[in-house]
Amino acid sequence: MVQQTLAGSRIRERRVMAGLRQAELARQVGISGSYLNLIEHNRRRIGGKLLNDIAQALDVEPSLLSEGAEAALLSALRVAAAEVETVAVELERGDEFAGRFPGWAALISEQHKRLRSLEHTAATLTDRLTHDPHLATSVHEMLTMVTAIRSTAGILADTKEIEPEWRNRFHRNLNEDSQRLAEGAEQLVAYLDDAGDASAGLTLPLEEVEAMLAAHKFRFDSLVDATPDALSEFVGNQSQLTSDAARDMAMTVVRQLRADARLLSLEMLERQVNDGVVEPAQIASDYGVPLSTVLRRLAAVSDDMLPMPLGLVMCDASGTLMLRKPVEGFAIPRFSGACPKWPLFQALSRPMQALRQTVTMTGREAKRFDCYAVSEPIGTIQVNVAPLYHSYMLIVPLEEAGEAEAEVGSSCRVCPLAQCEGRREPSLLADVG
Amino acid sequence: MGKNVLVIEDEPNIIEAISFILSRDGWSVATHSNGHDAVGVVQGAMPDLVILDVMLPGKTGYDILRELRSEDATQGLPVLMLTAKGQVKDREMAERAGASRFMTKPFSNAEVLDAVRELVAG
Repeated sequence: MVQQTLAGSRIRERRVMAGLRQAELARQVGISGSYLNLIEHNRRRIGGKLLNDIAQALDVEPSLLSEGAEAALLSALRVAAAEVETVAVELERGDEFAGRFPGWAALISEQHKRLRSLEHTAATLTDRLTHDPHLATSVHEMLTMVTAIRSTAGILADTKEIEPEWRNRFHRNLNEDSQRLAEGAEQLVAYLDDAGDASAGLTLPLEEVEAMLAAHKFRFDSLVDATPDALSEFVGNQSQLTSDAARDMAMTVVRQLRADARLLSLEMLERQVNDGVVEPAQIASDYGVPLSTVLRRLAAVSDDMLPMPLGLVMCDASGTLMLRKPVEGFAIPRFSGACPKWPLFQALSRPMQALRQTVTMTGREAKRFDCYAVSEPIGTIQVNVAPLYHSYMLIVPLEEAGEAEAEVGSSCRVCPLAQCEGRREPSLLADVG
Repeated sequence: MGKNVLVIEDEPNIIEAISFILSRDGWSVATHSNGHDAVGVVQGAMPDLVILDVMLPGKTGYDILRELRSEDATQGLPVLMLTAKGQVKDREMAERAGASRFMTKPFSNAEVLDAVRELVAG
């Protein structure tokens, strides 16, 4: 009964906080100062009327003095303290701390839980071959095929005289194994693509929001006339959103996309999009709407209205990617920082200026894209306060071959351009100059 | 006829390639592709060396090796383990099970030949 026996400590803390002298409090509740001293040092048990009188004098609930903090919170604090050996935590005073600062104690407990969760995620991602049996099996099968091919090819290359029967057999084996390797590679890529999809179970709020947006194809035209309550109900019912943080973020994005739909209806856009050609600046000018609205709206309606889907990516002034609508061939990194050469980031240094650049994405396919970017201030205008900006980039795939103004990558780790001035870290890929 | 090697591996084209290389080098090669009864096959054949894959149907190469090491007759038998996993912990697991040599896929023909020659000679 640690909590009960520490009631005296809690009385003492509360008295000190209230600025009362021991003798003064004793006088108010009709006991001697020496008796209160014994109580405060937990040498006398206290309850009933005296506890109520002291609580009243200290202007607190009696339960706060008698019960202290919740057992679960104390337990969580002890677990958190036990895992950090480098800090001498006053374990015996945990009850005192949680009772006096319940908010801070709850924060430590929550942060400890969050830390454990992140450690688990990091370990899972770091040692994925161990935690993902399907991936481990796929990689094993592919390595087995590679081994067979390497060994067979080595025999054919190094054996000077080989009987036609053996040679034919090894050629057949090579053909079989290379086909199996190709199929295995395709399946593995498909599996990794699925695992990389936002709905695959990782629980970052942003990923949940992206899964929800993808499920609705970034379209919320049906909510244009919805009341605030109906909008909240809609967001609250989305199965992809499992946390309050994700729901809050989703609400912000849905409000934005709904506002875009109000400013630019489908009919208005249909009149502007001719033969699949999009001119965002022209649309913004014709309808008097911000360019960022046009970029978001075009990306949202492109899946149904245009010959091919358009991509969208958004970042804040720190360069953190906050919204992604992927498009084939333009790899948008999931966790690491993106390529600093994207027009998205150039727009941050030229606020309110519409940028357009044709880029080629590094990689085997080297696809070309027309990128439109703009950064616009957020929040309300305040005198002598520098505004914050959000930057948006619409990604339009180009089918025909041609020159590009710039070659950009996804992120440094998977970019083969060795001589790039923007490189932050070495590439995992081979150097191609 | 040269010394005997038993290849326990479930991928037929790897078996065929290893068999060809070793045969050309003068070894007498027997093969088996099931982990379930592999221990009995080794004990029956008593080869000079076993090439043992880790991932086998029926029983893992580690389990087979542990059983072989627990028997007097096969306690010192040279065993070359093949695995697609090359992490330190996999190598340690092979060593604990009693592997004489550990080789990670994909390997070259020359590496296999060298290992077999060294293990039987040594």
